[in-house]
Amino acid sequence: MAELKKWTEIPIGGVITEPGTAKKYKTGTWRVKRPIYDRSKCIDCMMCWFYCPDQAIMQENSIMKGINYFYCKGCGICANVCPKSAIEMRPETEFVHEEE
Amino acid sequence: MIKTHREAITGAQAAAYAMKQIEPDVVAAYPITPQTPIVEYFAKYVADGVVRTEMIPVESEHSAMSAVVGAAAAGARAMTATSANGLALMHEIVYIAASMRLPVVMPVVNRALSGPINIHCDHSDTMAERDSGWIQLFCEDSQEVYDLILMAVRLAEHEQVRLPVMVNQDGFIISHGVEPVELLPDDVVKKFVGELKPLYPLLDTEHPVTYGPLDLYDYYFEHKRQQIEAMKNVFKVFPSIIEEFYQISGRKYNFVEPYKIDDAQYVMVALGSTNGTIKYVVDKLREQGKKVGLLKIWMFRPFPKAEIQRLLTGRKAVVILDRSASFGAEAPLYEAIKSSLYDVASRPLLGSFVYGLGGRDINPELIEFAFEKAMKHELVTDQELYLGLRE
Repeated sequence: MAELKKWTEIPIGGVITEPGTAKKYKTGTWRVKRPIYDRSKCIDCMMCWFYCPDQAIMQENSIMKGINYFYCKGCGICANVCPKSAIEMRPETEFVHEEE
Repeated sequence: MIKTHREAITGAQAAAYAMKQIEPDVVAAYPITPQTPIVEYFAKYVADGVVRTEMIPVESEHSAMSAVVGAAAAGARAMTATSANGLALMHEIVYIAASMRLPVVMPVVNRALSGPINIHCDHSDTMAERDSGWIQLFCEDSQEVYDLILMAVRLAEHEQVRLPVMVNQDGFIISHGVEPVELLPDDVVKKFVGELKPLYPLLDTEHPVTYGPLDLYDYYFEHKRQQIEAMKNVFKVFPSIIEEFYQISGRKYNFVEPYKIDDAQYVMVALGSTNGTIKYVVDKLREQGKKVGLLKIWMFRPFPKAEIQRLLTGRKAVVILDRSASFGAEAPLYEAIKSSLYDVASRPLLGSFVYGLGGRDINPELIEFAFEKAMKHELVTDQELYLGLRE
């Protein structure tokens, strides 16, 4: 996230003067469980893409391209709706070392 | 000098007349006694085509303030008016209007909060909004209602302030009492209030903005600090507005009005219409050679601490009259005065009198009694006394 600004440096009233700033907001840090995607099981049905509430499923021309961990909050809906069990929810604690 | 005309009108009419001349883009209101005539008179101006204001009759005060917030955020000059429980129902959005820095002006006709239910004057309604972030002005009579509503528009919309303003008038006593009021010509008022310069208007689709987003521990505090600064700026900005108003009206305002205070040893402090009665008593006691005076508070929020300190230091005693109680603590005006006097060179003896709750009459005898207590040095700091209560 960008450097936090002082009270004299921001617009009054909590107004956001630029459209689409939610794009810059990293909600990935909220995640407790991480969806792990197995390409070998995927049939590109796009169910995960339809259901994801955070546009965290990446796709190109209806081909599943993986998960965007910058936005993914780890809700697990994708894993739940996947008809091929190609997405598995794993505890974030397993990945602590990777982050470092 | 500008040609004014004088009319015998009520405080409610004075408020509606000021609103007519301001001609806000939007008025959203819900009727409640004793504010009703303001909305009624204004609705007539709308119905008669005297103003081009968009009048929104809403289903509650919560909706009235919500509609006004929406209109103001869109870039409109928006107003409403209310009383007592209506103001209490608005409370959530009252706080939001200030937090969003929307320059809304709202005449408030002061009435006791329920319960038990009571329609008459006291200041419990407005005092419940004391910390909502609104500027609070208090009027002694209908003339001040008219004048302060006009000045409130300028104050609210000032680029260094951008805060909503409540213009308080005592229910029935001012709102329904007929008095002569000097009214300025429409064009003079229009020129004085000018055009609203919207800040971040939602209707400016070339520059899209977001109002009311989630504001957590990372920025909420900074936004509150901005509100604190805006209140401080009121002290810098208001003097030029009152001076400009004096130029067109010949009537001089300030944060407070000192009355026969220069050599006064015993000074009373009060809000609203009671100041008129106190002036009468001060005149009477002065004739008897007693050194009494009055300090009327026009602006309660932000509280003009520096003026209070300058005018009250060194007095023998200061008697503070409150038309509302703070259950379990000191009455609001008393508390504010006492706190202001903490670091003056010479602290006066203080007396706290609560009076007039639920419209209980306050008469010259009761005011004289409070002055007598001060002059006999019978005041005890923090001993709250009650005027007109059966004990």
